[in-house]
Amino acid sequence: MEAIKTNNLTKSYGEARGIVDLNLSVEKGELFGFIGPNGAGKSTTIRTLLGLIAPTGGSAQILGMDIVKDREAILRKVGYLPSEAVFYSGMKVKDVLKLSADLRKVNCADEAKILCDRLQLDTSRKVEELSFGNRKKVAIVCAFQSNPELLILDEPTGGLDPLMQREFFEIVRERNRNGATVFMSSHVLSEIQRNCTRAAIIREGRVVAFDRVEALSKTNARRVTAYGSAAWNELDGIRDRVDGDGAVSFLYSGDMKRLLQTLSKGDITDLTVTEPDLEEIFLHYYEKDGDRS
Amino acid sequence: MTIVKHELRQGRISFLIWTASIGLLLSICVFLFPEMKGEMEGVNDLFSSMGSFTSAFGMDRLNFGTLTGYYAVECGNVLGLGGAFYAALCAVSMLSKEEKDRTAEFLLTHPISRFRIITEKLIAILIQITAMNLVIYACSLGAMTAIGEEIPWNALHLLHGAYYLLQIELAGICFGLSAFMRKGSVGIGLGIAVLVYFLNLIANIAEVADFLKYITPFGYCEGADILTNGCLDGVKIAIGAAICLAGIAAAYLKYANKDIQ
Repeated sequence: MEAIKTNNLTKSYGEARGIVDLNLSVEKGELFGFIGPNGAGKSTTIRTLLGLIAPTGGSAQILGMDIVKDREAILRKVGYLPSEAVFYSGMKVKDVLKLSADLRKVNCADEAKILCDRLQLDTSRKVEELSFGNRKKVAIVCAFQSNPELLILDEPTGGLDPLMQREFFEIVRERNRNGATVFMSSHVLSEIQRNCTRAAIIREGRVVAFDRVEALSKTNARRVTAYGSAAWNELDGIRDRVDGDGAVSFLYSGDMKRLLQTLSKGDITDLTVTEPDLEEIFLHYYEKDGDRS
Repeated sequence: MTIVKHELRQGRISFLIWTASIGLLLSICVFLFPEMKGEMEGVNDLFSSMGSFTSAFGMDRLNFGTLTGYYAVECGNVLGLGGAFYAALCAVSMLSKEEKDRTAEFLLTHPISRFRIITEKLIAILIQITAMNLVIYACSLGAMTAIGEEIPWNALHLLHGAYYLLQIELAGICFGLSAFMRKGSVGIGLGIAVLVYFLNLIANIAEVADFLKYITPFGYCEGADILTNGCLDGVKIAIGAAICLAGIAAAYLKYANKDIQ
């Protein structure tokens, strides 16, 4: 059974674009990435799935239940980490965690304690005194403390320092190994590349690519970095060229023989040819008129 | 009842400040009565010769020389306005504050239906208004006992009952509005409370505007009418109840399907 399944899910705000005919399928037990820059429709998708906003077209099921009819039953099995964590002012961290558990009608004080220790979160402080990163930690504990079947994480690492990010992803992978499905939106592609098995790329409210992360990264283009000089202008298929310090670096998607000929004719002292990282692929998807190479 | 408890905790400071302020002011008014009673002839003459102002506050039909007459006017000003402000403020922000303070995402992503959220928030408003009225009622009783006056039970019950109903009606209207709003609700709440207060003053001054008494909840809280008739006006209260229920129904209908920002 799919953990998340959307069929032409659409949310429009009158003239403004939301999401259009979104088709996603996230398998149970999967660690799924949802990539897109700010304003692409990631949060709108998540808010629609969670019932905060109503779809204007299409349908979606979470854990086999309809997002409109079975909202309460779905939320019982979902832990949600918002991109920006905001809590009731005047409350202490421990009160927020207790309120969250009470709203779920569960007692998860032990799990909360473990998570707070791992994330080094002081539960005696008032939430309005916390930094953005520490508020994020409170939201993480709220989302994870009830051991939900599905974790929906919206830009999860914003505000967390690198050490905390490492600990956070360790927790995410543990939960995933224990059977939880993870749906993670991010514009930090390295996070998706390191942690997710499959991913979808969203652009202007539409899914423009949806595959395994390795497959999304798979491309004929190569990142070429050469030290020395050659007749680069004779080459077709060069993009994203950066010159500097006696070296030139570019994405090459033209004829490989032609590249080798140009290199052999030139005065090259060192050369690296690598696969482009997901970041470069991502930018490629976002070039207005770019075609997939 | 998690949300009820949460709301009571969140609103406790506001509750304490408003309850203490109204209770204290009303008690002071009662404590001033023995001194006023001694000068009542002059006061009655003064109050009955202020033209429209006199009728606006119903002072042409009330005897300031009696505790009930005095209390009806003072109660109208202090408990009437103060209670209306508190009820309006409490209700008008109850739903909208979640979006204004951006806590809606936290609350509504927990497994609790919107119907239940609305119901529990409504219960929290009722508890706060009821508790405030009980405390203020006790303050009045205490003050009357302290000045050695015989307690006018019937008048006291009718006046306090009327103002309690007024607050519930205003809360119902403002709760309905709260479902439609995302920010700036406090001004609207206070505005409505002031508006219905002045509508009643206008109805008292101009006979042609008498129908306004059937619209504003202050219409059935008129101390002069209550003391003269010895009962509350059932028609006005029924209209008020209908308006209140319409407000609450609007809250359920709107908030159940509202897109949360």
